[in-house]
Amino acid sequence: MSSLTPAFILDIGLLAMLVMVAIAVVRLRSLFAIVMLQGVYSLISAAWFVSLDAVDVAFTEAAVGAGISTVLMLGAMLLTEREVKPVPMRRQWAPLFIVVVTGMAMFYALGDMPMFGDANSIANATLGVEYVEATKSQIIIPNVVSAVLASYRGYDTFGETVVIFVAGLGIVLLLGLNGNAGRWRAKPNGQDISQIDEQDIS
Amino acid sequence: MTMVFEHFNFAVVIVLMMTGLFAVFASHNMIKKLVGLSVFQTSVFLLYISISKVTGGRPPVLSKKELHGYGGYDKAGDGADAAYKTVSETAEIIYSNPLPHVLILTAIVVGVATLAIGLALVVRTREEYGSIEEDEIDAYNYQDNLEGASR
Amino acid sequence: MKRARKRARANKMGRSENQHIILRVVAKLLIPLIAVYGLYVHFHGDYGPGGGFQAGVIFASSIILYALIFGLDEAKRVVPPSWIRVIMTLGGLVFGGTGVATWLLGGEYLNYTMFAPDSTHAAGQHWGIFAVEIGVLLTVTSVILAIFYAFGSRGGSRRPNNAPNLSDEDKS
Repeated sequence: MSSLTPAFILDIGLLAMLVMVAIAVVRLRSLFAIVMLQGVYSLISAAWFVSLDAVDVAFTEAAVGAGISTVLMLGAMLLTEREVKPVPMRRQWAPLFIVVVTGMAMFYALGDMPMFGDANSIANATLGVEYVEATKSQIIIPNVVSAVLASYRGYDTFGETVVIFVAGLGIVLLLGLNGNAGRWRAKPNGQDISQIDEQDIS
Repeated sequence: MTMVFEHFNFAVVIVLMMTGLFAVFASHNMIKKLVGLSVFQTSVFLLYISISKVTGGRPPVLSKKELHGYGGYDKAGDGADAAYKTVSETAEIIYSNPLPHVLILTAIVVGVATLAIGLALVVRTREEYGSIEEDEIDAYNYQDNLEGASR
Repeated sequence: MKRARKRARANKMGRSENQHIILRVVAKLLIPLIAVYGLYVHFHGDYGPGGGFQAGVIFASSIILYALIFGLDEAKRVVPPSWIRVIMTLGGLVFGGTGVATWLLGGEYLNYTMFAPDSTHAAGQHWGIFAVEIGVLLTVTSVILAIFYAFGSRGGSRRPNNAPNLSDEDKS
């Protein structure tokens, strides 16, 4: 990747778009724009995943990140507010300092990262190759990602499924499938207890 | 200069991560915080996928000829070990590393599930406090505590 | 002239059905396609990009589109919330039950080879992956739908009665 191949130019272009969208998310104050830009960010990163051979991930990111999470955020935005109140500049210096220091630490560690596209790096040369080779004779399905996901790392995927189930359960408990969680009032003997409570409090 | 080329993706991904982190730290609006968290999360995905790329590699979807016993292609292999050896010796196609793909694939779906939990909490907070700005919620809690002490 | 009068009448009626006729017709064409595409992505997941996670999201998005066009109540008649609670649990049980089945067949937990130990083309693995992906599909579809139902039917942004009006109380 030392010369300017078309793939590298595509890479630079998509990354530049990602950086611009991320900075716009930080600077904007309209929640609607922020939420839509988050969807754009997911979509661009899905395109970037395709250029990096991760087709399954790109598919998921386009469906989930750009589709579902945008719908969810729009729904939550409709239930809450449309504008972000401005944060005074004096309260942004400390976060900026922390972020810059963290970023410097990560740049310091950059030299230890494997070279981009290096087939012999530790990350790429060991387990991934083994999975590809073993799938050819043990699982015998073309899509290695599905094979690893469902078979070699079945425990992992089971755990993820349970996490999704628990998240759904949490949503049902917090908001209710019909949107009535937390609004239900007990009425023993036809007497509305909550009315008495609220009068007491206020 | 070569180091910049070799690590260009990682450097940009670090910038993206820090932008997301700044949105989490600096904004006081809860939904904007969650969007920042989402940007941060997507940047971590970018880092992982960036590592898994192999130059000249192909997406990890095997061609049928490489699969032994798949759809009648199994002419030679009786023992799985024999098939394994012949394949690994004749393999020429390079594939990108599938393992980070698997990890990130599940992480994306779990990410949206946890994002939904966070948004549900924001909605409930708004219903209770009438605001999703942290300053106003803090002020309300402070006032509530004072009134509780004087009562 | 006639059309203008019709439009005026439609405007007087407020959000009449005529206004959404294009959306409705296009959605009626698109929704079955999206659902079938979700199933394709699911069952083609062994051969190309795809699988239970993506298929679940796509399948759920077809019902979300239905809810956006025809209203949430209509969608709740198509997929009742009580089903969602059952299917959500069923998906996890299918996944876990596959593991228990391999246990009972004498293998380790989630060792799919036990479904067809003598197969030369790893049929057991294929059956196992199939069963597991069904479980993932059920859970993801129903959880995404549950999330959408919860946010969609939560009602407007009412300001609670006991919420403080900060500016007023600061003055006092």
